[in-house]
Amino acid sequence: MTVTADSIEKSVSTLSLPPKIKDTLREELLEVKPTRKQLDEIIDHVMSGYAAACIEPCDPVGVVAAQSIGEPGTQMTMRTFHYAGVAEINVTLGLPRLIEILDARKNPSTPVMTVYLKDGVSKKKAQGVAWAIQNTTIPDLGGIITDRANLRILIEVDEDTLYERDLTLSDIIEKLEAKLKIPIEVEGYTLKLSPKESNLGSLVQLGRNLKKVLIKGIEAIPRVVIQKEGPEYVLYTEGTALHEVFDIEGVDPARTTSNHPGEMCEVFGIEAARNSIIKEIMETLREQGLIVDVKHIMLAADMMTCDGEVKQIGRHGLSGEKASILARAAFEVTVNHLIDAGIRGDIDELSGVTENVIVGQPINLGTGDVHLVAKPPA
Amino acid sequence: MKQISAPKKISRIKFGLISPREYRNMSVTRIITADTYDEDGFPIDMGLMDPRLGVIDPGLRCKTCNGRAGECPGHFGHIELVAPCVHVGFAKQIRNLLRSTCRSCSRLLLDAGRKKESIEQISARRSQGQTIDSAVDQVFGEASKVEVCPYCGEHQLKITYEKPTTYSEDGDKMLPSDIRNWFEHIPDEDLPVFGMDPDNARPEWMIMTVLPVPPVTVRPSITLQTGQRSEDDLTHKLVDIIRINQRFQENKEAGAPQLIIEDLWELLQYHVTTFMDNSVSGIPPARHRSGRPLKTLSQRLKGKEGRFRGSLSGKRVNFSGRTVISPDPNLSINEVGIPEAIAKELTLTFKVVPRNIEELREYVRRGPTNHPGANYVIRTDGHRLRISDTTCEEIAGMLEYGWFVDRHLKDGDIVLFNRQPSLHKMSIMAHEVKVMPGKTFRLNPAVCPPYNADFDGDEMNLHVQQNEEARAEAVILMRVQENILSPRFGGPIIGGIHDHITGMFLLTREKAIDKNSALDILRKSGVRDLPPPDHIEDGTSYWTGKQIFSQILPEGLNLEYKAEICEECAECKKENCPNDAYVVIKNGELLCGTIDEKSIGAFKGKVVNKIIREFGPAAGAAFIDTMTNLAIRGIMYHGFSFGIDDEDIPKEAVKQIQEINKDAMYGKDSIASLIDKYEHKELDTLPGRSTEETLELRIMQILGRVRDEAGDKAGLHLGIDNSAVAMAVSGARGSMLNLAQMAACVGQQSVRGARIQRGYSGRTLPHFKKGDRGAEAHGFVQASYKSGLSPVEYFFHAIGGREGLVDTAVRTSQSGYLQRRMVNALQDLEAQHDGTVRDTRGVVVQAKYGEDGVDPSRGFDRTHIQRIVKDVMEVPE
Repeated sequence: MTVTADSIEKSVSTLSLPPKIKDTLREELLEVKPTRKQLDEIIDHVMSGYAAACIEPCDPVGVVAAQSIGEPGTQMTMRTFHYAGVAEINVTLGLPRLIEILDARKNPSTPVMTVYLKDGVSKKKAQGVAWAIQNTTIPDLGGIITDRANLRILIEVDEDTLYERDLTLSDIIEKLEAKLKIPIEVEGYTLKLSPKESNLGSLVQLGRNLKKVLIKGIEAIPRVVIQKEGPEYVLYTEGTALHEVFDIEGVDPARTTSNHPGEMCEVFGIEAARNSIIKEIMETLREQGLIVDVKHIMLAADMMTCDGEVKQIGRHGLSGEKASILARAAFEVTVNHLIDAGIRGDIDELSGVTENVIVGQPINLGTGDVHLVAKPPA
Repeated sequence: MKQISAPKKISRIKFGLISPREYRNMSVTRIITADTYDEDGFPIDMGLMDPRLGVIDPGLRCKTCNGRAGECPGHFGHIELVAPCVHVGFAKQIRNLLRSTCRSCSRLLLDAGRKKESIEQISARRSQGQTIDSAVDQVFGEASKVEVCPYCGEHQLKITYEKPTTYSEDGDKMLPSDIRNWFEHIPDEDLPVFGMDPDNARPEWMIMTVLPVPPVTVRPSITLQTGQRSEDDLTHKLVDIIRINQRFQENKEAGAPQLIIEDLWELLQYHVTTFMDNSVSGIPPARHRSGRPLKTLSQRLKGKEGRFRGSLSGKRVNFSGRTVISPDPNLSINEVGIPEAIAKELTLTFKVVPRNIEELREYVRRGPTNHPGANYVIRTDGHRLRISDTTCEEIAGMLEYGWFVDRHLKDGDIVLFNRQPSLHKMSIMAHEVKVMPGKTFRLNPAVCPPYNADFDGDEMNLHVQQNEEARAEAVILMRVQENILSPRFGGPIIGGIHDHITGMFLLTREKAIDKNSALDILRKSGVRDLPPPDHIEDGTSYWTGKQIFSQILPEGLNLEYKAEICEECAECKKENCPNDAYVVIKNGELLCGTIDEKSIGAFKGKVVNKIIREFGPAAGAAFIDTMTNLAIRGIMYHGFSFGIDDEDIPKEAVKQIQEINKDAMYGKDSIASLIDKYEHKELDTLPGRSTEETLELRIMQILGRVRDEAGDKAGLHLGIDNSAVAMAVSGARGSMLNLAQMAACVGQQSVRGARIQRGYSGRTLPHFKKGDRGAEAHGFVQASYKSGLSPVEYFFHAIGGREGLVDTAVRTSQSGYLQRRMVNALQDLEAQHDGTVRDTRGVVVQAKYGEDGVDPSRGFDRTHIQRIVKDVMEVPE
């Protein structure tokens, strides 16, 4: 007398439970094949169990989240550099990385992209994409000789490297001429360049400029590492430039990510930035062997992104934009906040925690948010 | 019947500037003399200590409000400045206003359309609760670029601003009085564009003509032991201002030359500036006679010890105590031992009612020196009587309904216990009082992890709550047993530590325990009956340690998991594990497996976790109490010690370790050969690395392996019966790595994750050859701690150790700041009745807390559902 899968589906889908719990319940039910009575009982118990496990109203979840992220911070190491999944790429880890993410830094110290390919199975194609991403400059292609006697610079291009990177001599010449705006003599695989003005100073300057000319790839990415993951090849890059990478043939934009939440926000939007923050914090903590419930990190990430842009946790972000003058004054740069409030005639509504602590009133949180209404005797 | 009334509530605070007229209105006197007291020590009228400004001396009454010291809040006076002065705080705003208003007609240098537009923009942002900074800055930016006034056609001159308070127009210095004139003509309707509200902040008020004199209560003078009075910094500053003001006045009246007037004006400006803020860049800070910079108004507000963070957000409190902590395993985790001396000092106030009058009378009768006594009674008229040994009998007789009695702290009272740094909510928990002899606070060692306490001299704080609501809240929300599960990861943060784990580990591996011993072990846990014996040998019954442990497990407990000692074999043999590492608990009986950190430890304890979730926090607390007692009895039964000879390894092993070491240095695939290859440029580089980096990495690899192998060799001779091994594998304390370092080889010392490279040029110490890349030259310590380090090794070891210390010091400050920022940014968030998370303004941050609304310390995931399903399905139809 077991219930059919259909009716399990029917009774489960109408429950007011979060989708994830519903899915789990459905799977478990399909496995045990209960009778109608058992099904009802199970659902009953699940509903009451869920209700009992729910967060209690008025719970100061923000403070708990902040403490849950901050407390393990004391146990983290300061060791900055270590190796991520890929041995060859250095990433900032530990406390500095955590601070970097929560600060929403514009320029993280070790940006890394994980580039997935549309056809990742072929090593050759992966290598091709890698060369299209990694920046190639003259020093990568051959030796540079400064001929001071004749006031010229010789570039001895390595033929094999050229072939390997899918370049031709004319590519180089074209790029160099466009950038340096000087004529280039070619002799076999040697290029000869002379500065516009024949003096030593401009020769040295030319030598310097020469090294900066981008022949191929993306300027922000000095290095790409190819890694085999399961059946496919994945590229890890030092430096990020999602926009540029998406323009390259063969890159799968649906899966490619960056470890820089700010850039994720720019390219994919705010939800992606939120997920990126959660993922990066979780990974930083996990690497240190610290367990923190993802809910706390979600809350921090939601707070950082809830206005539609990634905001820093600190003076130049969330704390600096609080509505309450007293709360801002109590955090940092006390006097300026008070003076500005005076000029503008601002009003502090005393709704937050700090403000009420300052004026000596109960806070509107936790047990302070429960009000009893007394009926005066008739 | 008394009318129900609610306490007064401040609903909002409005900020604004004060006009000179208001300053004069609120002033009780004009201050004209710089002197404070006359020869007889009385304050001079219209001086800085004028008695109308309030009282600070006890016994005197305020001439304005007739209040005593403490009642009188103090009253402002004022100084009429001879010439207006710029208020430093507004210097930037003044600059912006000068640049964006017309020098002739004072109107905003933008046309009416643009003006309307930005007013709308600003009010829109205001109503949305956003900051208006960017909009206002834009107006300033645009208006200051306008060269000709759109209203009167006046050509605008370039305004330059020099920190802190100097303004010039095309190089001509502007006098504050001219600026004030200019600002007076800015029409009210232009002000909203600058984000200013004309009712609260007229721009001319930013140039002061009247200086308010704070009441004496704000700047109390103190009398030194010599009888000399020492004035507050603010008073000193005010004296300066009045002196200059007077001189200015005299010179002006005498018709002094403009140059002198300007000099005096500047001096007055300097004093007014430093009165407001003594750390303005561009001018030297005003100093005390001793050379110490004065602490003026801004300095009082700023920083950690300033008014906001030091006095308003955090306060010193009464009814609190602090002393050293020490352990007492006989206490419950819910209790705290308090020295009698402290219990007699900290009191609780009770109202005398018919129900408790006799009880309270007894406390009063016992007086302040006999422990459960009382220190004060408060009569119905509010008068407070001190109870002394001589008056206690008398007062006890007088006790009436409606009086209050301040009773000593006694057993069973609820107090808050705290250890700094208070990094999470478990750093302050509510304990039950247990008054004890001695001078330290006592706590059960099982509650050390949430406080992060140890007993090497740590001190902790105690707070006694003073009303019933607070105590009720503490019992329900803050009791230790309510906080066993940490919301950080949803597991127990309280559990067995150190010897508890070792004890349980040893006990549950014990095979034969006779009746006497079994009962003895269980006695402290309150178990009097034994199950049927495990086996009978030569007529005597024997019980296993597992059976004994099972006695304290609640009935109906079912668990199955791998213990800490599990070696993660490729194929788990489950119940037949050779290491006895597979724990099975069925219906409250430990069938197999060893109990170790994974079962009962803080942070990991699966058994603790399960008991709390299924049997409630009270059962959890009781389990931790009995479990720790059992564990201590267990370790005492077994006997446990650790000494220097526990690190002894046989001579052959030492030899083998030396062999391993030698092999790594000079053998095949050794460091020597690597260096050789490197020098001949034959070393294959790792991808993305230079040859040098490759060499370093390979050497580090080899040296790491040397230590591991040496450790393994030593480990072969140190079995599970070795104390250190027992502690390491059970998770009680230390690791196999620590043991390997003690017995076999300390290993490579590192700085910043690499071998030690610093020191002399090309070498770490002068006796090494330049460019020596060998192991010894870069901090490899081949010796074990037991054998002792050579001087060179010792030196390198100290380098590595120092790095660790520096690291910790830097980390604590950084993570402390991170914590402060995190809490500050997130503190206003609250779970609402509808399941959303909002800040106190009402902005929804999450539509459902954590996407599923589940409390992380309770949790509701697949395992819970599986359990429900299993329970229901197991019941026969």
